[in-house]
Amino acid sequence: MTAAPVQQEAPTGVDALRAEQIVIAFGGLVAVNDVSFNVPEGGIVSLIGPNGAGKTTFFNVLTGLYRPTAGRVFLTERDVTGKAPHKIAALGLARTFQNIRLFNLMTAEENVMVAMHSHLRSGITSTVFRMPWQRREERRAHDASRDLLDFVGIAKVRNEYARNLSYGDQRRLEVARALAVQPKVLLLDEPTAGMNPQESARFVDFVHRVRDEKRVSVLLIEHDMSVVMRVSERITVLDRGERIAEGGPDEIRANERVVEAYLGTSGTRDEGRRS
Amino acid sequence: MSASTATVGPPRQRGAGSYAWPIGFAVAIVLVFVFYRYWLPNIANSGEKFVGDWFPIGTINLCIIWAIMAIGLNIVVGYAGLLDLGYVAFWAIGSYTGAWLMSSQFYQVTVHVGAPSTLGPNAPGIHFSFWFVLVAGAALCALMGVIIGTPTLRLRSDYLAIVTLGFGEIIPQVFQNGDQEHMGFNLTSGTKGIGPIDPIGTGWLSNLNGVDPALGLSSYELPYKFLVYSLIAAFCVFVSLRIRRGRLGRAWLAIREDELAASMMGVSLVKTKLSAYAVGAVFGGLGGVCYATLVGSVFPNFSFNFSITILLMVVLGGMGNVWGVIIGALLIAWINYTGLAQFGNWFNGQFNTNVNFTSWNFLIFGVILVLMMLFRREGLLPESRTRLIMREPARTELEAVGSDIEAAEAEEFAVSGVSEEELVAAEPAPRDGDSS
Repeated sequence: MTAAPVQQEAPTGVDALRAEQIVIAFGGLVAVNDVSFNVPEGGIVSLIGPNGAGKTTFFNVLTGLYRPTAGRVFLTERDVTGKAPHKIAALGLARTFQNIRLFNLMTAEENVMVAMHSHLRSGITSTVFRMPWQRREERRAHDASRDLLDFVGIAKVRNEYARNLSYGDQRRLEVARALAVQPKVLLLDEPTAGMNPQESARFVDFVHRVRDEKRVSVLLIEHDMSVVMRVSERITVLDRGERIAEGGPDEIRANERVVEAYLGTSGTRDEGRRS
Repeated sequence: MSASTATVGPPRQRGAGSYAWPIGFAVAIVLVFVFYRYWLPNIANSGEKFVGDWFPIGTINLCIIWAIMAIGLNIVVGYAGLLDLGYVAFWAIGSYTGAWLMSSQFYQVTVHVGAPSTLGPNAPGIHFSFWFVLVAGAALCALMGVIIGTPTLRLRSDYLAIVTLGFGEIIPQVFQNGDQEHMGFNLTSGTKGIGPIDPIGTGWLSNLNGVDPALGLSSYELPYKFLVYSLIAAFCVFVSLRIRRGRLGRAWLAIREDELAASMMGVSLVKTKLSAYAVGAVFGGLGGVCYATLVGSVFPNFSFNFSITILLMVVLGGMGNVWGVIIGALLIAWINYTGLAQFGNWFNGQFNTNVNFTSWNFLIFGVILVLMMLFRREGLLPESRTRLIMREPARTELEAVGSDIEAAEAEEFAVSGVSEEELVAAEPAPRDGDSS
């Protein structure tokens, strides 16, 4: 269970994802206040913070579910602020969900193929009459989905309905489905929730493998500190809607404000328990 | 079916070969046709009376048209999961398109395009070929579907149902009140309706021995009309089945399952819902044109009952499965038009009573629905997926039961180093994420 080496690729200086001075207010309640943030190309960045810190709200702005009250979001230097979720997805942003949200009554393979929607072209007529190009496209999509399921290690259950998969396989299927969008940035929302320590440790390797083989940048929200510290190249800490710290794992570990935000003023560090 | 497409579908659908059903369908259609056209008129009196009483060809034709409607609504409700309570609007639009393009309603002009030869070249009004009118009715319905759908399909389930309900009420009202002269034309003749509507021309087929040049209203021509309507129904089935397997069908299923997740996987909600709505509308338009030619006239009597009855057919038959929906449609339409009346006659004759069973139809449908929800929620012939959700709880739901105990056990396993597979099995399961 060794953590993969961090900082493999030299930063290219281009941001895969950049959020500038995001403000989100629900009525008078400011959920996220003036948070700037970036994911460098090929980087693995974590967003952490106590419950209610605004992490998921921030995620929802990135994916287009909310329009920010102020601020801008750039995906590969393209302004995507306020664009519809499906357009942002097609431009290269995919996510998994904290509470697994698969298409339960579709097979694993179909789940993955749905996510290829924006990359397929066939319309009603070509589907009804099974035109040669439509069949070719379907075959390609089909092969690609099998490859992806293979990549996450659940190829043998590809014809099972998603709701019948085990919890671990459902988590894997979510990642496969997100990768089928062919994202440039992959957002993982608490991916290790419900995993045991061994699985979490494996997951760290898996994230590195995804980054290296699929050439995506990764942004995670995570609660498990041992995972965060091992997987991230950079960590941003939110507390009550504000960014209170940013830096490498070691800096964050040593940061007084972070410790305070997480544990109040007393108690031992969360990560110490696990490692 | 090629090997690659065979493995695309979910496991349970794989056996449905693409040649099995068209052949079965064709055989059934031909058998029914031959029976009613050649055999029935020549068999002994008592047998003819029984079949003619219980299964008259007129009712069978109506059943087919209701089946076309149900197949169309199944796309919207069964495939895409959008509750449409105003589907009758497309039936009405299709019927009136047929009436406008195949009658003497606009007697001020004389336009003939492929009209049946029996009309004569100088008949006033617009007279198009039935096949052209089918296309026109379908196109108009698709257009109306898009126009109505664009603003309304942004709404979520309950609100969408209410808006479509309103749409289904508005359209028949428009036809009912459209008897004012506009630029010298009377659009719909209001409650007087439009009629007579042209028969279905048979074109070059009329050279064949025994085929009339036009299929009008005489009962002798009804078996031929049955052939025509069955052909259209087969087309609708074909499109439904094919479209389901492609990119669009997957997107429909996905938004039925989880709209939000689908949109984040790159599926455009508005476009996908609109296409479902439009395809459903097209089938409604086809059925409407057929209905106009079967009845021979059109009246603005399209009520909310129609929408509800079609929905009942879809739900009873099994949402999402074309075959189930067809069975539901044939059954309900038959009960409605003939079954109940015949049963009433038999019952009253047998027990010397005087009960008017036909007026009880909605009571009976209500009872059927209640019984169905109690004993067979998924419908008569459901889609394999829906049966799954109606019958078995999801694995994660089951595992959530007693997860506290299992979580504690998992901790112990972790300490004692049991294999990971067992740990996964004992994992505390999450709440089902697709609520809201």
